Amino acid sequence: MTLDSLLADVDHADSAVGLLMAVRSLAQTGDPHAIPKLIEVLGFNNPGAAVAAVQGLVTIGEPAVAPLLEHLDGYNYGARAWAIRALAEIGDPRALDILLSAAADFALSVRRAAARGLGTLQWQALEPSERVLAQKRVLERLLETSQDPEWVVRYAAIVGLESLARGLDDPELRDPIKQCLQQLRQSDAEVAIRGRSQLAHHQLMTTD
Amino acid sequence: MQPSETEVAIAAESWTTEQAIANLQQTDDPSTRYYAAWWLGRFRVRDDRSLEALIEALGDTIDRSPGGGYPLRRNAAKALGKLGDLRAVPALIDSLTCADYYVRESAAQALEALGDSRAIPGLLALLDGGVEAAVRVPGKPHLVQPYDAILEALGALKATEAIEPVHPFLEHEVARVRFAAARALYQLTGDEQYGDRLITALRSPELQLRRAALMDVGAIGYLKAVTPVAETLAENSLKLIALKGILEHHLAQIDDLDEAAIEIMTQMDKLL
Repeated sequence: MTLDSLLADVDHADSAVGLLMAVRSLAQTGDPHAIPKLIEVLGFNNPGAAVAAVQGLVTIGEPAVAPLLEHLDGYNYGARAWAIRALAEIGDPRALDILLSAAADFALSVRRAAARGLGTLQWQALEPSERVLAQKRVLERLLETSQDPEWVVRYAAIVGLESLARGLDDPELRDPIKQCLQQLRQSDAEVAIRGRSQLAHHQLMTTD
Repeated sequence: MQPSETEVAIAAESWTTEQAIANLQQTDDPSTRYYAAWWLGRFRVRDDRSLEALIEALGDTIDRSPGGGYPLRRNAAKALGKLGDLRAVPALIDSLTCADYYVRESAAQALEALGDSRAIPGLLALLDGGVEAAVRVPGKPHLVQPYDAILEALGALKATEAIEPVHPFLEHEVARVRFAAARALYQLTGDEQYGDRLITALRSPELQLRRAALMDVGAIGYLKAVTPVAETLAENSLKLIALKGILEHHLAQIDDLDEAAIEIMTQMDKLL
């Protein structure tokens, strides 16, 4: 199968399952020429195909970052959430500013994906001096996000804070994270949030 | 949802509790009264005046839809389910016999939320005639009774006397009704064969059915469904809600985090 025929299969898919299969095949090529089509699929409102497209973009990795940043859909929050997911999983620090603002997006699926992604950026790609500053900004944003009215966004913030704590250059920044996790563990209204912050806190204590 | 509900609802966001109660107590403007009932439920206003006015609204005869329905009664029933006050139970039981299907559905859902076993006989009565009677109403998009809401309520209310009448609904022609029966029977018997039917439903070819099954396994906290939920093709947001339901059900049964709890959270983390 040539790339052109794989691209054509995506355009000509006549069912949800057909589209999913076509996107999977295209994603598996890992070919950077597939990037624009994979980004287009994020806007199709087909969750199965979107998962496959995100997976394809993450496999392609670094070359997909600039096109993803350029084509962020300001009008379709479904597509935006998937793009943020892809950027989050690739972890390229060029996405830092986008992820910071996406963590305050009006759409909760966007905030959720961004909060998780902020914790797992590839910090080693930044100069040491930039790194501490960037981590401070991320910490500040995630502490705010941990008070979001939506449980799933707070959940994602906990996951983000836990990963951030592991990658910190300045160990002192761990203290506010632990305090935040303790507070959520004791007083969040949602059982699931208390459980997840307990797990995060426990895992950070055992890796100290 | 009525066509203009979102717009008016946004305007109503700025009401005070006092205004909302006054808007529900008046009878001159049915549409304002309709939104006031919604508002008091949305913001869970636990006030005796709000409760009394909502119970009174369950008997409203002014606000009628073109099809003969009772829009205000529907909203009042929904709101009463959210307020958590058991004084609403007798009036909601009466609403189970309202001529409007959607009032009966809202009442069944509210009674499920309130968790009062006094509702069981009224709910069971709606299953009279069994599956044979559970047919579509000609020209309407629904069956003669809101069977899924009724079955779900009976399961949540632990109505073990309902096991026998619910069982035949596992074979109903409407998938949603079959799922509701499986969900109720799992809650009433703890027998995994019923939970496993919902796991099978997570592999339905139709997205709508997979979505419904996600909500069902979340509502009953079916631990065996964790991996099938993670793997089904549906929106991550719905999978997360389902896994949250399973996690909370499981955490309520253990003292400290265990492997199963950590496994659920690991799956949830991947879906963010």
